[in-house]
Amino acid sequence: MAAAVCAAECGLRVGLVDDNPSLGGQIWRGETTKCTSEAAGWLERSLRVQVEALCGTRVFHLPAPGTLLAESENEVYELSFQKLVLATGARERFLPFPGWTLPNVMGAGGLQALVKSGLPIAGKRVLVAGTGPLLVAVAAWLRQQGANVLAICEQARWISLARFGLALVQQPQKLSQALSLRGQLAGVRFLASCWPTEAQGSAKLEAVVLSRGERVACDYLACGFHLVPNTELAQLLGCQIRGGCVQVDEFQQTSCPEVFCAGEPTGIGGVELSLVEGKIAGLAAAGRRQDAVRHFKQRKKLQGFAKALDRAFALRQELRTVALPETIVCRCEDVPYDRLAAHQSWRVAKLQTRCGMGPCQGRICGPATEFLFHWEPDSVRPPVFPAQLEHLAWAACPSQSECGAGVGGES
Amino acid sequence: MAETIVVTVNRKPIVVPSGTTVAVAVVLAESQCRRSVTGELRGPLCGMGICFECRVTVDGRPHRRSCQIPCRAGMEVSVDD
Repeated sequence: MAAAVCAAECGLRVGLVDDNPSLGGQIWRGETTKCTSEAAGWLERSLRVQVEALCGTRVFHLPAPGTLLAESENEVYELSFQKLVLATGARERFLPFPGWTLPNVMGAGGLQALVKSGLPIAGKRVLVAGTGPLLVAVAAWLRQQGANVLAICEQARWISLARFGLALVQQPQKLSQALSLRGQLAGVRFLASCWPTEAQGSAKLEAVVLSRGERVACDYLACGFHLVPNTELAQLLGCQIRGGCVQVDEFQQTSCPEVFCAGEPTGIGGVELSLVEGKIAGLAAAGRRQDAVRHFKQRKKLQGFAKALDRAFALRQELRTVALPETIVCRCEDVPYDRLAAHQSWRVAKLQTRCGMGPCQGRICGPATEFLFHWEPDSVRPPVFPAQLEHLAWAACPSQSECGAGVGGES
Repeated sequence: MAETIVVTVNRKPIVVPSGTTVAVAVVLAESQCRRSVTGELRGPLCGMGICFECRVTVDGRPHRRSCQIPCRAGMEVSVDD
């Protein structure tokens, strides 16, 4: 959104493609209507400069350079661009443990998104687990909505968390956020070096067993192991990826000169860093490099926070041994751990077991197998997202729809 | 009080505030979204359109990601039994 607004304010014709039903990405989901929020400010600016937004629309193919195909529920679009800013965000990393496929075991952000979408949570017993600052933020927010948050289980050790706390001292804004969250969570147990080893229940979740041996009866388990960048679209475009992140220069320009990238795909760093990167990308895409440079200092400061995140919430070895031989790893194709462990690479496992070949295209099990088996992800092929056959067929004889600059993604 | 609308999940009427997603209506109907290829019950996981666990049939169209679709009055949702 920041990139789109900044580019449009420079006079470019800007289209914004967002998979979500409304603008604002995952953090600001549903908040663009609240007039006091920062999200509303960006929305207002986007309306003033007439950013053309296609919500509920996802890009699935790049049929030719400078052209993207996208589909919504009922439409298909051919979008041509001179400059493209990718802001595809991140997703949660999920790690398999016995029972993690039961209904009501969700991501931490996943449960939050559902509650933001109308799920009543007041009075429900929620256990929050996994790793990363998202856990604390989600727990505090759920409690605010009336949830009975039983505990927060963070796999990282106290020593890592203490070091992270020290790093926050250099980020006053983040530190005050952290302190305020701590206040909101008074009375909620925070367990470090703790993770779920089993989710129990018949038709849906009933209880969670923790690594410390405790069994906790609950209605929901909100469990995510930090975040992984969404780089599929960048890969499809041929942008260079290293260490799971889209490589960009100081102007957020990728290895493809017409493609810029901002936010989590370039490295997990949070909403403030994403916004600064978005501003830089939008200005640079509009050719206003001298204006973009003014945001470099703030970005550098926030990148320090991103590095501290990576260090503090690195996954511990023990998490590799939580899945049992029969535990499902690939949820689309129901491939259990022991069928995968026999293989040497992601490619071979895909061919032999259909792991990662279902509708999510390995977005969930890919990061899990990368951690469990050290498998490298494979190349990405179109359609990069499951698309309707009629829309794929349409791609063969499209009509025209043009856009000066496109911004694809979530925020 | 937000305006409410009625959708059906496996023919059972569910009343939800407008703006609620189909995934939430399905969870409120105390129902899973689908059965996996080996018959396990599944519900929403990621809540943001990535995992495809919440896919259901909406107005006769299969494999819709229910977490990304807002409820519309009279919408007919069907899920695996």
